[in-house]
Amino acid sequence: MANFSLKVNGKTQEVDVDPSTPILWVLRDHLKLVGTKFGCGIAQCGACTIHLGDNAVRSCQLPVSAVGDQSITTIEGLSENGDHPVQKAWLEEDVYQCGYCQAGQIMNASAFLKRNPNPTDVEIEDAMNGNICRCGTYTRIKKAIKNASSISNA
Amino acid sequence: MTLIKTTYNRRSFLKSSSLAGGGMILGFSWLASCKPTPEQVNNIPKEWFDINSFLKIGDNGMVTIMSPNPEIGQNVKTSMPMIVADELGVDWKNVIVEQAPLNTDIFQRQLAGGSQSIRAGWSGLRMAGATARHMLVAAAAEAWQVPASEISVKAGIISHDGSEKSASFGEMASTAATMSVPEEVTLKETSDFDIIGTDKRNVDGPNIVTGKPLFGIDIQEEGMMIAMIVHPPAFGMTYKSMDAETVKSMPGIKDVFPIDVYPEGVERQWSDGGAIDKLVAIVGESTWQCMQAKKALKVEWEKSSDLESTAGHDEALTKLLNTSSKEPARKDGNVVSAFKKADKVIERTYSAPFLAHNTMEPMNFYADVTAERALFNGPIQTPEFLEKTLASRLDMPVEKIDIKMSRMGGGFGRRLYGTFGVEAAVISQHMQAPIKLVYTREDDMTQGTYRPTYKVKYKAGLDKDGNLIAWHVKGAGSNDDLLFENRFPAGAVDNYLAEKFSLETNVTTGAWRAPRSNFVAGAEQAFLDEVAEAAGKDPIEFRLALFDRAIKDPVGEPEKNDYDPERYAGVLKLVRDKSGWDSNQKNGAARGVSAYYCHNSYVAQVLDLSDDTNSPKVNKVWCAVDCGIVINPMAAKNQIEGGIIDGIGHATYSEMTFEDGKPQHNNFDTYRLIRHKEAPKEIETYFVDNGIDPTGLGEPSLPPIIGALANALYKATGQRHYNQPFITEKSVIG
Repeated sequence: MANFSLKVNGKTQEVDVDPSTPILWVLRDHLKLVGTKFGCGIAQCGACTIHLGDNAVRSCQLPVSAVGDQSITTIEGLSENGDHPVQKAWLEEDVYQCGYCQAGQIMNASAFLKRNPNPTDVEIEDAMNGNICRCGTYTRIKKAIKNASSISNA
Repeated sequence: MTLIKTTYNRRSFLKSSSLAGGGMILGFSWLASCKPTPEQVNNIPKEWFDINSFLKIGDNGMVTIMSPNPEIGQNVKTSMPMIVADELGVDWKNVIVEQAPLNTDIFQRQLAGGSQSIRAGWSGLRMAGATARHMLVAAAAEAWQVPASEISVKAGIISHDGSEKSASFGEMASTAATMSVPEEVTLKETSDFDIIGTDKRNVDGPNIVTGKPLFGIDIQEEGMMIAMIVHPPAFGMTYKSMDAETVKSMPGIKDVFPIDVYPEGVERQWSDGGAIDKLVAIVGESTWQCMQAKKALKVEWEKSSDLESTAGHDEALTKLLNTSSKEPARKDGNVVSAFKKADKVIERTYSAPFLAHNTMEPMNFYADVTAERALFNGPIQTPEFLEKTLASRLDMPVEKIDIKMSRMGGGFGRRLYGTFGVEAAVISQHMQAPIKLVYTREDDMTQGTYRPTYKVKYKAGLDKDGNLIAWHVKGAGSNDDLLFENRFPAGAVDNYLAEKFSLETNVTTGAWRAPRSNFVAGAEQAFLDEVAEAAGKDPIEFRLALFDRAIKDPVGEPEKNDYDPERYAGVLKLVRDKSGWDSNQKNGAARGVSAYYCHNSYVAQVLDLSDDTNSPKVNKVWCAVDCGIVINPMAAKNQIEGGIIDGIGHATYSEMTFEDGKPQHNNFDTYRLIRHKEAPKEIETYFVDNGIDPTGLGEPSLPPIIGALANALYKATGQRHYNQPFITEKSVIG
């Protein structure tokens, strides 16, 4: 066990965990931030996507010891009032069915749009290909990302 | 106007009362078939033991509708209250939907499955809304001394034109609560619906996009420990022994022990199908610590029955299809003599593998069992049946067992089988502490309860004019005999024979989204395409001629035929028009058509592939649906789109195979699910507008799309596809 000081959603948090513990479980078990989801544990499904700095990363494969002083943003901290353009677009398109994978989809989409504010369809498909939605909401996710892109650029 | 008798009487499911702070509350049953569970709950009158929902009108006019159903993503939490609200006459923006209160003892446990919620709930939900409206109107009539028949209700306002009097629901609610519950109510004309048939967004949307704790796996309770299981590595193996000592001393680990989940004498329910009777449990402080212990633990297993393989299953199913059944499932005319007379005979065999459900939220359950009572919380489609098994396993009366239902991260049939709830109970009882059992993805994918593996053989005979004169189908599956013998084309062919067989396997199986239909529809619709081609006919015209026969002169006893040929033909005609089928056929576009009926709804689809013959992609799908009245078009389309993507994905990419009883895939690195790039670029959905009472949509769009895909692939590549997943036949889809 070791002490780590983490910057999560703008706040500094102290945890005492095994250095190999993935950030996913630090968030869910220790910091009680359960919006980040466990899907596969091997970085194949994207349900656990968070932001490390400005980058979307798979928290199930990121040991707490590798984070250092980089800031972590989770779905709970994406916006103060749930009004990030991507969240607004998801509500507008009524994207979700069961909703379980959507935090990961939203975190990936928001990091992607920051890098590429005006993506083409093919760029969206490439960027989102690592996030599985078992309910099959892919066509709505694509629409919502285009919609978010126009909200951001308005 | 439709006047209907309410079920208000002494043993009623409609009961009203006034609210302490002003306003009224009306209790009703979500599904008319519910059984009572006598318990008391806060703010619900004690005598209301036979209701499972209520609507509450506050003195501010806000209407609260309680949703007793857990959500698996089918959106009933939004669509069912819409039905109540429309009959009530309230503005949707003044409606709050609440999940059943935390202590759910009073509410009927309900089953989410079979696309039946809307169909079964329709009348009861309308009646509840209409009853409250009648009582509000009666209160106004009394206050204003005018006839109730002259009073109208719209958007939460009660008004009387003659006297120019009006009042809000909030103002009238307390008085309304003192009116007697009417024995008859008038339902709205369907043309007067102003909420039903309009787009309403998912009431849980804001919680989903902000990551609120909604799911079973999100549950956190004081003093709760994490539990994991280790199950046998293969079907046909069982627990023998283990060396737990070194693992017990790992950081955070509280205990490691074998559990007998279903010892002899436990009364099993159908929902215990797929149970693994003996397991190893690991309990610790955190998930990661349990995962580390799970990796380090050495368990010895021993053989308890055959170790089966995919090759063996395949061989056994083929053998079954080469036998004849003594008693066919259905027989019309004489296929033997008809095939002898036929000008052309076509015979094809189709197959599909086992499939895992792979809900994105792995199985999990919270349990807190003491000697006095047992508390549970988690994602379960069949809480009522789980409770019965728990009562037997814990030797505890059901009154001492409380199950809360969380939102579910997908169902697809998997959470009908709540063995994980029983496992959680046994682990908590052993630890004498609250635990949350969490499966890893590997546990989840290799546990079993799979969609059965299937094979079906079709044989069709055509006369010299290309008319279908004989149809012989033989179906077989693992622990499931596959066919719906009274569905199309039964009733449309003079000589018809259906035979079905079941192969007993120790690989466990269960209901998977649109059971049986999820395979048989694709096979049948692909076969029909080939038969139509042999007949030299357009595939839609060929089908329509058969429906015409079933309408005008049905073969066999018409009441046996399990479909309505007019509605079936209706969706085909609609999709033909919307997709521009006729003109595109002439252009030689790579298009396939398919139509199927299941779960009381009709779906026809046209699928269009890009013209890249090496790696065609799904450009567009047109879908025509007849599910009667559509409650919430935006959400209904979501279900249709999801089923289409799910069907294309599983038929193209997914399979579970076995060697020596061992599942050959355990995570998404080798078990392939459809991803963004492979999804159709566009899906257009059209609903038949016929005013018929509504039926469900969670399943019906999945089965036919597999046929449409196979038929379009043939047009694109010249290759017919008989064996799922199609990717194993030829890598044709990007």
